[in-house]
Amino acid sequence: MTDLRLGAGILAGRLSAALIRALGAGGATTMPGRVARAVAPDLLARLGRRLMRGSVLITGTNGKTTTARLLTGILGRAGWRSIHNRAGANLPAGIAAALLAHSALDGQVRGDVGVFEVDEAALPLVVESLRPRVLVLGNLFRDQLDRYGEIDLVADRWRDALRRLEADALVIYNADDPLVADVARDFPAARTFGIADSSVRRGEALEHAADGRYCYRCGVPYRYEAVFLGHLGAYRCDSCGTARPLLTVAADNVRLRGITGSVFTLTTPVGRADVTTTLPGLYNVYNIVAAATAALTLGTTLGLVRTVVRDFIPAFGRGEQITIEGHTVYMLLAKNPAGFNEVLRTVLSGARPVVAVIAINDLTADGRDVSWLWDVDFEMLREHCRAAVVTGIRAHDMAVRLKYAGLPEEAITLEPDEERAIHCGIDLLALGEPLYVLPTYTAMLRIRDLLARRGYVRAFWED
Amino acid sequence: MALDLRICHLYPDLLNLYGDRGNITTLAQRARWRGVAVEVTEVPVGTPLRAAEYDLFFIGGGEDRQQVLAAGDLQQGKGGALREAVEEGATLLAVCGGYQLMGRYYRPAEGEDLPGISLLDLATQHPGKRRPRLIGNIVIRWDPPPAGAPPTLVGFENHGGRTVLGSAAHPLGQVVAGFGNNGEDRTEGAAYRNAYGTYLHGPLLPKNPWFADHLIMLALRRRHGEVELAPLDDQIEAQAHEAAVRRAR
Repeated sequence: MTDLRLGAGILAGRLSAALIRALGAGGATTMPGRVARAVAPDLLARLGRRLMRGSVLITGTNGKTTTARLLTGILGRAGWRSIHNRAGANLPAGIAAALLAHSALDGQVRGDVGVFEVDEAALPLVVESLRPRVLVLGNLFRDQLDRYGEIDLVADRWRDALRRLEADALVIYNADDPLVADVARDFPAARTFGIADSSVRRGEALEHAADGRYCYRCGVPYRYEAVFLGHLGAYRCDSCGTARPLLTVAADNVRLRGITGSVFTLTTPVGRADVTTTLPGLYNVYNIVAAATAALTLGTTLGLVRTVVRDFIPAFGRGEQITIEGHTVYMLLAKNPAGFNEVLRTVLSGARPVVAVIAINDLTADGRDVSWLWDVDFEMLREHCRAAVVTGIRAHDMAVRLKYAGLPEEAITLEPDEERAIHCGIDLLALGEPLYVLPTYTAMLRIRDLLARRGYVRAFWED
Repeated sequence: MALDLRICHLYPDLLNLYGDRGNITTLAQRARWRGVAVEVTEVPVGTPLRAAEYDLFFIGGGEDRQQVLAAGDLQQGKGGALREAVEEGATLLAVCGGYQLMGRYYRPAEGEDLPGISLLDLATQHPGKRRPRLIGNIVIRWDPPPAGAPPTLVGFENHGGRTVLGSAAHPLGQVVAGFGNNGEDRTEGAAYRNAYGTYLHGPLLPKNPWFADHLIMLALRRRHGEVELAPLDDQIEAQAHEAAVRRAR
């Protein structure tokens, strides 16, 4: 009987997906999963079990989508068929929708391995259902406080998720993040990744947006030898001796090349490789090292990792390059203080002051509370941005933020309508000058939707 | 004579959850735009507070773990110094967790009471994990607004604790949209002498620049006597205020 139920769930989900697409109502990245799970609540667990090589789950505040896409790319080159929630629908329903799209009605799944990015708060539930073979923990930053609550609560959920892992599961975690390391360091089968090159440090002092300042065990501030990004770095607690764990896989000799990418040496237990990427910023170095650690753990070669990273094209809105009326437009998702600071540093690293469109929404997926804008170091724009167009539902809040960051009022243009804001930005460009679009999550989807209708990009679920 | 304003930012590394530094930025910028010299001093845990050296105190909100550390530190002399300063006319703004710590105590869902410093006559109680946090955009009617200021204050609130005022504290305002102190009696915040506490972050002052000016005036008056603040072009701030009022409804 239960098999009938599973079949009915799959059928219901697939029908709803076909219907949504036929109506042109979107990419059907979540709803089919919801429908199917309403019919067969254990669908995720039962389909997940059919994956011959099991599942890899990837979670963390920033970088989930890019890391998962890198890993899928590497595994694909190694000949593995991945099932993957590519469009970033990372709640249980979105993962179910991805599985459904590759399942026959008898529950046979056409894929070897599941590569799923998972919402930070949904991790325990997804671990319980999918029993992953590998779990990748990227980073923990303050994000959407109105939805997730305090960062410690998210860390507690991850602790809970680790307790639910099977005995033979492997955890891969970012050792540079003290909050993440504290969750995972005692897990018996763990591998770590991080940055070994202290030349890319920002200093020994944390920026304002840093979260994990205090040792979880004794409440004493960590001492940093190097701060790389937010609260990520090489740290030690002088009271109890807790320090950054040794790195299994690391990025060394890192050379950042602004918006055009970076080069670095990947050091691993199976050798070293020089890596070139067009993914910009130090945050993407972390994503690449995370994906590489997972890929090597699953048995792919270092050469393959290097090739896929070199050829990788940024995911929708994550450093994506778009051409509009002959102008180069870079779209860089920026959804929380730590991420926004890194995006700003990357965009502003060139010699010339830039033109930027900043798009701020306050929908549920963005976080309804926009107070985090005041935790971002927009003061960086003062010398490095010659014109800023602010748009989105919270355009006014952003205009005030820039005024108090010290931008002259004539450098700030308020244009709540996103399409007009993009055009306004383009009109401000000199010949050959790029436009930087920095949106929150739903603002990014909205702007891409507008650009897709004009034929400048493909819809995000086709990307 | 050149005016100067001395601001004390308490626990900036601990209580900084909701863009709280935006309040400091707003106070400092708006004073500087009027030619007032501004000095901001950060006073973290473990550093003694020489309260007589400041005109205006700010304390923000933090996560539970951080709030416990701050509460403990306030009991080591800082609390008494703050009470005394406010009795002598100093200006204070406390937001969210900092607001709760200005009261008599914070009673968590489980575990022991967290002592406050009884600067404001109020007490806060967490109603238990099963009751929802009070989260969302909020608009209050300012009671009473200073001359020339619009009647509303806007912000975002996100708190589990329910605060009830005693007789010596006057509410900062009445809730128009949102929850306020406890989600029941329609009061929001508390005022006593020149001390204000509120659950409004967002942060509070950038979108309510008139409140920032009110605090700057109170703080300057103590050492400089009656002062006039030159008007500023607040068009962007006023638009953001109005947008936030619309968003809350």
